[in-house]
Amino acid sequence: MYDAMLAETVKITGAGGDEVEAYVARPLNAGPHGGVVVIHHMPGYDEAHKQITRKFASRGYLAICPNLYYREAPGADPGDASAAARALGGVPDDRLVGDVGGAADYLRSLTTSNGKVGVIGYCSGGRQSFLAACRLQLDAAVDCYGAFVVGKPPEGMPFQIEPIVHLTKDLSCPLLGLFGQDDSTPSPEETAEFEVELKQHGKTYEFHTFEGAGHGFFDVDRKSHRPKAAYEGWKKVFDFYGRHLAS
Amino acid sequence: MCTYLTEKVAATGSARGASDWFDVSEATVYFDHPQHAQYAHTLNIDFLNPDQGPSARVAVELTAETARALAQAIVSTLSSVPTGLLEEPALSGHAT
Repeated sequence: MYDAMLAETVKITGAGGDEVEAYVARPLNAGPHGGVVVIHHMPGYDEAHKQITRKFASRGYLAICPNLYYREAPGADPGDASAAARALGGVPDDRLVGDVGGAADYLRSLTTSNGKVGVIGYCSGGRQSFLAACRLQLDAAVDCYGAFVVGKPPEGMPFQIEPIVHLTKDLSCPLLGLFGQDDSTPSPEETAEFEVELKQHGKTYEFHTFEGAGHGFFDVDRKSHRPKAAYEGWKKVFDFYGRHLAS
Repeated sequence: MCTYLTEKVAATGSARGASDWFDVSEATVYFDHPQHAQYAHTLNIDFLNPDQGPSARVAVELTAETARALAQAIVSTLSSVPTGLLEEPALSGHAT
């Protein structure tokens, strides 16, 4: 079996025509392959998310992780970049959509693409994954414990984050939601509310809430890591993408 | 969780970064995932000078207990300083 892959940093065209850094990993065989845009969590464009990007490539997907903080901190350490973006109020929703759209276009332009692109996001990226899937034409979306899809953020916080559940009617593709029973952002009550909205609009979705897991259960280098939930979660992700992104 | 809970403070002082000292112009305080500390959430403080770029940053990630003790120690220390010393102008030639 030929399993060579290439991983490298590239520049893509993001929101507003801006040049944005991104990490790409892709199988080197002829394909054709489905594509996955990986949306990193709020702590940044870090090694863990580059590893996730390579994981998708090792499973036969063209994968890309745009650096959402590139404008604020080009070339900076991920932690410094995250701090700079946080101090400026976080990533605006419109810019996020433009950057994910640029990343999806990059994948579709590869000669080994089958034309299908999904998105996956963790933590703040979970909300952003759903947002992108409502504003862009995509083929599959995965929301890993994204907060504030429903439920208003605390008063007085400097981030321009609004609930986006009202966008559900525009969801362009099937949605997989992976949540922790012990999470409070989003809480099981909030994901239930989200589910009601998806049902109401006749959307294709599946939600899985793992017992014994809280927020960030996929994070292998953090204390929040829950191996059992992460193992089962990855199986759900690859099953879902296999059905919706495969050639 | 990504709590988004952030307080931003205009700051005056200096911090020792990776390569040298720099003037601090702001500080952000937030309770969220740490980058390094092995806890799900910590009280994080970034001392920054955005004009000098994102690497002009000194970061700490503290347990909630440590952060409370530190906050009390700061207030306690400041309250025992003679009033006159608290209002000293910056020394000539130093950044403020």
